[in-house]
Amino acid sequence: MNFPSDLKYAKSDEWVRIDGNTAVVGLSDYAQDALNDIVYVELPEVGDTFEKGAVFGSVESVKAASDIYLPVAGKVLEVNTRLEDEPELINSDPYGDGWLLKIELTSEADTSDLMSADDYAAYCEDR
Amino acid sequence: MDAPQTIEKTNALEPLIYEISTPGRIGVNLPKCDVPESDLPTELMRDDLKLPEVSEMQVVRHFVRLSQLNHAIDTGFYPLGSCTMKYNPKINEDMARLPGFALLHPLTDTAGTQGALALMYDLQTWLAEIAGFAGVSLVPAAGAQGEFAGILMIRKYHLDRGDAQRTKILVPNSAHGTNPATVTMAGMEVIELPSDSDGNVDLDALKTVCTGELANQIAGMMITVPSTLGLFESHILEVVEAVHEAGGLMYMDGANMNALMGVVKPGELGFDVMHYNLHKTFSTPHGGGGPGCGAVGVAERLMDYRPGPVVEIIEPDDDAPLYGLVEPPKTIGKLKAFWGNFGMHIRAYAYIRAYGASGLKDVTRHAVLNANYVRAMLKDTYHLPYPRICGHEFVMEGRFSDVEDIHALDISKRLMDYGIHPPTNYFPLIVKEALLIEPTETETKQTLDEFINVMKTIAREAHETPDLLHEAPHVTPVRRLDEVKAAKQLVLCCAPVMKSH
Amino acid sequence: MSYIPHTEAERQQMLSAIGVTTIEDLFDAVPASHRFPDLNLPEPLSEMEIAAEMQALAEANEHAGDFVLFRGAGAYHHFIPSVVNHMLMRGEFYTAYTPYQPEVSQGTLQAVFEYQSMMCALTGMDAANASHYDGATSLAEAVTVALDATRGKRNKIILSHAINPQYRAVLRTYHQGRDLKIVGDNGHADIPDLIDMLDDNTAMLAVSYPNFFGQIDDLKQLADKVHEVGALLVMVVNPMALSLFKSPGALGADIVVGEGQPLGVPLSFGGPYLGFFAVKEKYVRKIPGRIIGETTDSTGKRAFVMTLRPREQDIRREKASSNICTNQGLMALAAAIYLSLMGKNGLRQVGELNYHKAHYAAREIDELNGFSVDFSKPFFNEFMVKCPMPVQQINDRLINEGIIGGYDLEKDYKHLKNTMLLCVTEMNIRDEIDALVDVLREVK
Repeated sequence: MNFPSDLKYAKSDEWVRIDGNTAVVGLSDYAQDALNDIVYVELPEVGDTFEKGAVFGSVESVKAASDIYLPVAGKVLEVNTRLEDEPELINSDPYGDGWLLKIELTSEADTSDLMSADDYAAYCEDR
Repeated sequence: MDAPQTIEKTNALEPLIYEISTPGRIGVNLPKCDVPESDLPTELMRDDLKLPEVSEMQVVRHFVRLSQLNHAIDTGFYPLGSCTMKYNPKINEDMARLPGFALLHPLTDTAGTQGALALMYDLQTWLAEIAGFAGVSLVPAAGAQGEFAGILMIRKYHLDRGDAQRTKILVPNSAHGTNPATVTMAGMEVIELPSDSDGNVDLDALKTVCTGELANQIAGMMITVPSTLGLFESHILEVVEAVHEAGGLMYMDGANMNALMGVVKPGELGFDVMHYNLHKTFSTPHGGGGPGCGAVGVAERLMDYRPGPVVEIIEPDDDAPLYGLVEPPKTIGKLKAFWGNFGMHIRAYAYIRAYGASGLKDVTRHAVLNANYVRAMLKDTYHLPYPRICGHEFVMEGRFSDVEDIHALDISKRLMDYGIHPPTNYFPLIVKEALLIEPTETETKQTLDEFINVMKTIAREAHETPDLLHEAPHVTPVRRLDEVKAAKQLVLCCAPVMKSH
Repeated sequence: MSYIPHTEAERQQMLSAIGVTTIEDLFDAVPASHRFPDLNLPEPLSEMEIAAEMQALAEANEHAGDFVLFRGAGAYHHFIPSVVNHMLMRGEFYTAYTPYQPEVSQGTLQAVFEYQSMMCALTGMDAANASHYDGATSLAEAVTVALDATRGKRNKIILSHAINPQYRAVLRTYHQGRDLKIVGDNGHADIPDLIDMLDDNTAMLAVSYPNFFGQIDDLKQLADKVHEVGALLVMVVNPMALSLFKSPGALGADIVVGEGQPLGVPLSFGGPYLGFFAVKEKYVRKIPGRIIGETTDSTGKRAFVMTLRPREQDIRREKASSNICTNQGLMALAAAIYLSLMGKNGLRQVGELNYHKAHYAAREIDELNGFSVDFSKPFFNEFMVKCPMPVQQINDRLINEGIIGGYDLEKDYKHLKNTMLLCVTEMNIRDEIDALVDVLREVK
């Protein structure tokens, strides 16, 4: 499993890359592997705002569907529209082309409950 | 359609009805118009109707051939756990098709529906007696709708008593998915309860919730008896008492009623409401997915809340009482148009009439006998997570500690090669690689022995020739399907229809 | 009992294999205080006796085999070709379970796929599911889709009063646990009045086509107005009327629901019927219930499978949008067979027969003293008749002549005093219509 060290990870298996007052959010390698072939992703509209920990979308494979939670509070600036036709990008490139959202942070990002790559790797190991 | 479609015969088991369509072909003879014709409102009318054009015999052959691609109770053993795939008596079908029933309009005046209402009244009475309830409503169209009715009744009961804060329903983690989904539909919240190592509800966890700070928010609990693991909850009375003490009501999912007839009456155990699956316990056919009937039985305190209408005697008379459709005074409301799936009521009536009290007791006794026999004969070959006497079904694990990469799915698919329908797999969720096996009472010992032998053979194959399982099924009309493709490409209707949009 | 095959010898062999002495021993886990209660049920009957008893019950009913029927109001007496029942009686279809194991269920799966296709053709929509319990619950579940499609941000539902009153009641039952504003149907608001109720809190607007009074409303502007505020247009349709009239898809509907009973399903005192549910492509992934899709097997052969499964209750549990599991699969099969037989031309012909016979009856009745037919809007096979006396009194006279008259609209609509909703289908021959008119002529 690959967990890039420049990212923060949530217990619900999303990653976030914070850059100033914006952030990019996606699903971890562990999540895409557990879900297996992803066939559909539902994402919010640009302009929607969410609290930290709120459900902003869902992801479906043949056998499962999972809600996706926002690791930090924010307003949606951009969604990855390629996923509409190519949801498998999450499987093939979860940290690159498979990104989900770009958000504008609506407050100072609270990352106290998010994990480093090492901690997240250990967390996944135990599951 | 403009031209007949060409069929890639090699690629299809049976062409689609649209693919054998030929413009101008007619499948039915209709009478000529015997009244003066009126002007049709051309500006409101459609100019296209993409339906197939085929002959009557083409239709017959098409659907007969399709039917031959199915496994069904009438073709072979169907030990599908939690579904009670018992024999569906043929007389029931004939009764449902009697003109006096099949051609009866639901809005016929009361005086003209007395035969139908008498049948429904008797069925209500019998179902109430079988499960020990004060009354029954036959309205719910399926188990899930019965659950919905039950939870709405519990909700309204609390609201009427000023207990609006009671919004939480306890659901064991072994529950069928309809239970939690029902709670959400009713605008309430699920509290999931763990199971203990014997497969019972974890009584300590339950008592903690029922005496904790959430106690006055508990609206009730949904529980399946025997559980979805096929086990009688050995401390069921304590479960009922704990929830009642907290002020909650008890809902029983009656999907497994085939294990209880003449053995115990849920109403006498203290349950407040329960749904029956007439399409499981009472032999009405599953129809390839439906229709069913999820009649609900209730204790006295929920009688007024039943989904309406129910049948009551509105003018007593020893010889010929007048039956009528009545809305209970505090009813949760209508759950469907008209009065329920009457065709299923007819079949269940015929079934109960054929068995009587002693016969229904025998149904349960033999359903439980058959399940325990298969369990006993397979217990040394497959791992039983709960090695104890079971109800009408039991769960085992579809995996082997000494063979990697054999799953419940592989065993299921291999069973098809032997002409047997797979058990329910991957349910209940709390058992890894679950295979839930329910033989039902109508199967002979010979069939069970065949099944046992096949299961032992498959276990041997799993060890010796595992690829036989991985690649199974081999002899079915189609092999394993590409479900990812189905979910991604979403082809949901025939090409000629799609092209027209 | 013949459905239980065990012999005494087999029972003993099985008990000893299990390691118990009697069958009763298998029930030790059941609390002894409540174990083995008496069941007070009538004595069992033989098959002959059952048939005799149930035939007597059946014949105690006033049914369309013995009476001439002019009642519809949500359940319709249409011609059902013999082939439909013969195919439904095949045990391979009706004794199969839900097709969870596609390798041994291609018959059911392909038939339902064909049903979905024909419903799409009729309604002009892109996808249809494998069925709901009936038209009423289809409408109720359309609300959930509309709320979801508007992302849970809206809670106003506008209903036309001219939707079947039972359907509106069911919709309210289904959503009593939710905070919804259900408006529009407490008076007799017409389409333009409903349009005035639209706002940016509206999730959906639902109309009936034809409406409960049998009429075709003018819906030309409706879809644009509904879409302008970002809401969904839901149409409750009688599929038989779609043999003649423009498809809901052509009128801009987003979701089409309705009662499929007219398509090959007998009256059967109100059930089992067939709720259909069809949507525009945009909403495909929000459809509740089962849906069949095309795919291939591992050898490349075309095959069918239940798809979009993760949205369903068995996987999604408390997060599923609906708890539906068992549906009305066999009735969907009936509709598929019916529509295959009727085909493009047959269905159109049935539609025209309905139209001509209903209009003939309407004209004849309108000429009678004291009766007037509402011709204010076009209608299909049902129409409103204003009568000179309460409808029940007229129906009491008709039944003596072997005729089941129309539905009394005052039961649901207080303002429609003495108003009968009459239904005429291809099953009513001219002599029957003339007999109806003759009896009505004598009513004073």
